[in-house]
Amino acid sequence: MNYLPDKKGHFGQFGGKFVPETVMPALQELEEAYLQAKEDKNGFQAELQLYLSDYAGRPTPLYFAERLTHNLKGAKVYLKREDLAHTGAHKINNTLGQVLLAKKMGKTRIIAETGAGQHGVATATAAAVLGLPCQVYMGDEDIRRQKLNVSRMKLLGAEVIPVSSGSCTLKEAINEAMRDWVTNIRSTYYVLGSVVGPHPYPMMVRDFQSVIGKETRQQILAKEKKLPGYLLACVGGGSNSLGLFYPFLEDEVELIGIEAGGLGLSTYRHGATLARGSIGVLHGSKSYLLQDRNGQILFTHSVAPGLDYPGVGPEHSYLKESGRAKYYTVTDSQALEAFRWLSEIEGIIPALESAHAIAYLKKLAPGLKRDDIVIVNLSGRGDKDLEEVGNESPRGKV
Amino acid sequence: MNRLEAKFKKLKSEGKKAFIPFITAGDPNLEVTKSLVLELEKRGADMVELGVPFSDPIADGPVIQKSSQRALKKRISLLKILELVRQLRQKTTIPLVLMGYYNPIFKFGEAEFVKRFSQVGLDGLIVADLPPEEANDLKKEADKNNLDTIFLLTPVSSEERIKLVSASSTGFIYCVSYTGITGDARKGEEDLKELIGKIRMLTSKPIGIGFGISSPQAAKKAASLADAVIVGSAIVKRIEKYRGNKNLLREVGTFAERLARAINVN
Repeated sequence: MNYLPDKKGHFGQFGGKFVPETVMPALQELEEAYLQAKEDKNGFQAELQLYLSDYAGRPTPLYFAERLTHNLKGAKVYLKREDLAHTGAHKINNTLGQVLLAKKMGKTRIIAETGAGQHGVATATAAAVLGLPCQVYMGDEDIRRQKLNVSRMKLLGAEVIPVSSGSCTLKEAINEAMRDWVTNIRSTYYVLGSVVGPHPYPMMVRDFQSVIGKETRQQILAKEKKLPGYLLACVGGGSNSLGLFYPFLEDEVELIGIEAGGLGLSTYRHGATLARGSIGVLHGSKSYLLQDRNGQILFTHSVAPGLDYPGVGPEHSYLKESGRAKYYTVTDSQALEAFRWLSEIEGIIPALESAHAIAYLKKLAPGLKRDDIVIVNLSGRGDKDLEEVGNESPRGKV
Repeated sequence: MNRLEAKFKKLKSEGKKAFIPFITAGDPNLEVTKSLVLELEKRGADMVELGVPFSDPIADGPVIQKSSQRALKKRISLLKILELVRQLRQKTTIPLVLMGYYNPIFKFGEAEFVKRFSQVGLDGLIVADLPPEEANDLKKEADKNNLDTIFLLTPVSSEERIKLVSASSTGFIYCVSYTGITGDARKGEEDLKELIGKIRMLTSKPIGIGFGISSPQAAKKAASLADAVIVGSAIVKRIEKYRGNKNLLREVGTFAERLARAINVN
């Protein structure tokens, strides 16, 4: 299982390279550069390691959430504190890797897409510290609901380019970033933010994010002398979850991904790609998709912009189909409740994306035994969401 | 011999180049699309590319994006385009090629798609986000049913890719005139002479040039290098402007005629 994808970038029937011809040579160039960098232990890997530790603050802590555990009266709960990584989310693990790679490849310009703005901020950050100009595509609707991150990107020297087509969210931002890449293919490096897109992106982003799972494995073994029973993480494109899951794929550990249930699965206003989707091709790879019967991609909805996406990484589709991982959904209102709950009980304000995993924890943990261990990936901090939560919450402004 | 091959043979024997206009099926509606195809033929089109609208057309610029959106608002689907092709075939033998994205075809079912569209008389297929590597199943079906599969090359294609794309293409090879999306007339001109030269060294299949060809002058220049000239956004822009206007057919037709003349002026 750890040897996937195959040489052509397929995870079983999923993945691949479904892109305009102009992009094909660039993908090949990227794959060669990445595979070389991966083996370059003393060069690329050492340099990335230094940035991850001294700049991004890794390893992030694995925190035993005692009050949470006590409150849930079930399994022992640990939180992997990706919210404490520089820029406030796991996204920095991937962007430092990719921008460093871009520099080694001699690219002179960085572009990215962003939904919640966390990937945009992380890309702008990596581009700043590595000295490359950066432009970030972001949907109008996301610009409206993630103002803090827009200001951060600008302060970091990036240009935020608004995208006003379609649903004005992450899907359209990726469309525009891809059009930019096709147009400026010789000079530009496209930093994709999740385990989606054409090969080698799903593999490469997974590898960069698997630092989360590697650390978690060492940390839990040091603290508990055994592996956890359950790993829990939210799934939009799926990078924080896959980063956590990947080093545990061959262990007897239950892997659980939580998708955006939005206003409820019966409303068609959700982002539950694996729960409600069917197989298709979007943004360069074959995977589960939210689409109509004619193969047109549907609009999605989630209170968490990072989960507001009609696709999902091809490796998640593979893990679902093989039964290795299980996927469930949590609604907007359940996530909002968990957002407050974790803040009050543990003094940690989670990103609305991560709050989906916390909401499912509330359902899962009470039914488990006291010596079971659940680890939740707290993929990001929630400062960015305060204003929007104020708008959504019946209790008014936070 | 299928219609594309026969057409290229005939044109070659007459010392002519093919003019291939592109219009989106169902923009502004299917009845008008049908009339447009017949009008384009009358005005000198040698083949017609029918765009299949898709919600996320990553290889297209704003003009064709908007056109696709207008067609999708009319609920245009592959089933409706199938009926369009069937009706067109009762009135004309002009070669018809579909151009679109992979997902609607995948969802329709590749084998089913090829079978039903070749039955009603479709001649060729261009899928903007399907490189030969991912096209094995579709190609197998298409070859069996004598449906041409046209793949693309670009100014950044290596010799290795030129070989792969040339070997996989039937009908003609679609040469994209710059690195970019459709309808970007601002794009600086790439050195197509060199690319076309490289392709000619490796294959004798006909070559069409497309993307960003917006005027008779540009069409003439492309025709001097290739066997076919494809014009999309410039025509679709006129459909956008005159949709709902009784002069639509005449306006688009006149422009097409100027392009057709420029392509075969000696």
